[in-house]
Amino acid sequence: MDHAADGHEPVVREEEAIQHPLGVYFKIWILLFVLSAMSYAVDYYQVQGYLRWFLILMFMVLKAGLIIAVFMHMVWERLALVYFILVPPILLLTFVAIGSLEADWTFFQRGVHFLKELIIAAPVSPHH
Amino acid sequence: MSTDTMAVDSLELKPGVAGFLDDWGSDQRAFKGVPWGKAMMWIFLVSDTFIFGCFLASYMTVRMSTLEPWPIPSEVFALSFGGAPIPLILIAIMTFVLITSSGTMALAVNYGYRKNKWVTFWLLFATALLGATFVGMQVFEWSKLILEEGVRPWGNPMGAAQFGSVFFMVTGFHGFHVSIGVIFLFIFSYKVARGHLDDQTPGWFTKRGGNYEEIEVLGLYWHFVDLVWVFIFAFFYLW
Repeated sequence: MDHAADGHEPVVREEEAIQHPLGVYFKIWILLFVLSAMSYAVDYYQVQGYLRWFLILMFMVLKAGLIIAVFMHMVWERLALVYFILVPPILLLTFVAIGSLEADWTFFQRGVHFLKELIIAAPVSPHH
Repeated sequence: MSTDTMAVDSLELKPGVAGFLDDWGSDQRAFKGVPWGKAMMWIFLVSDTFIFGCFLASYMTVRMSTLEPWPIPSEVFALSFGGAPIPLILIAIMTFVLITSSGTMALAVNYGYRKNKWVTFWLLFATALLGATFVGMQVFEWSKLILEEGVRPWGNPMGAAQFGSVFFMVTGFHGFHVSIGVIFLFIFSYKVARGHLDDQTPGWFTKRGGNYEEIEVLGLYWHFVDLVWVFIFAFFYLW
């Protein structure tokens, strides 16, 4: 199917131009800069521990959300397309769950077999 | 599909969840009013999401399971401009360059739909240059790491060997995406400047008529590259 030739396109274009005023893009652009600066500040000021992870994840999700929603026009799409894009990646959480279970087991086994003294001497480091 | 059917389509489209069920149960194409190229690009991007998702999940697995201390990215990627080293500064600049390019790309799509040929051209060209700048900085980052810090995919002096393998795999694959994007941004700047999209000139490869919707499709790819960087920045460089 070649929709470029079906004569319907100019109507769609006109709607697009009306739907997306430039101001929205500039606001999101500025927000993305601010959020990036803030996530860099997390590292620059050496925020550590759970607060660090929480801030990193929060700024990441906000940035990703803004890019997908506005720059990639997701807020203007029909749900048929939105669900097709956003639902399948949720499956990745399954890989994350399996991966972390396996990693914990591998870490434990390595500790038992190769570095018994490391486990006894030092508790699990914050990076694990 | 004829013009009439399209018109009927757009008249009868329901909003919300009812519309979603109708679209998917319509026994025709499910993505109503979505141009062919855009639907295909989204299918590609969802599959690409799984590739990068699997990379990041494996990164999590190897980082969690190593007994060696993980090198601290904040120090590894610090740069000194004469004074004390500034932590992670190169990566921060790369992030800002990529976000700037995302903004110019979003504006290019918008001006494309307004059929403003020269503004679209300059915005696309600026996006391409910013993308090339990003790749250039990545080349600098890689050479510094390989030549000065002695990082290899199989080991490094700072700690866990997996650091190198993950770094080269993830940032390499992302940099490859950026490079492909830069090439297409230059190609489309040329096409816009030559008026191929205004005149609906057939492309050399697909033979489909040129159209400003192609800029939106290209924009989807470019924003996706920026999106992946958001996750790499958070999980690899900041974590």
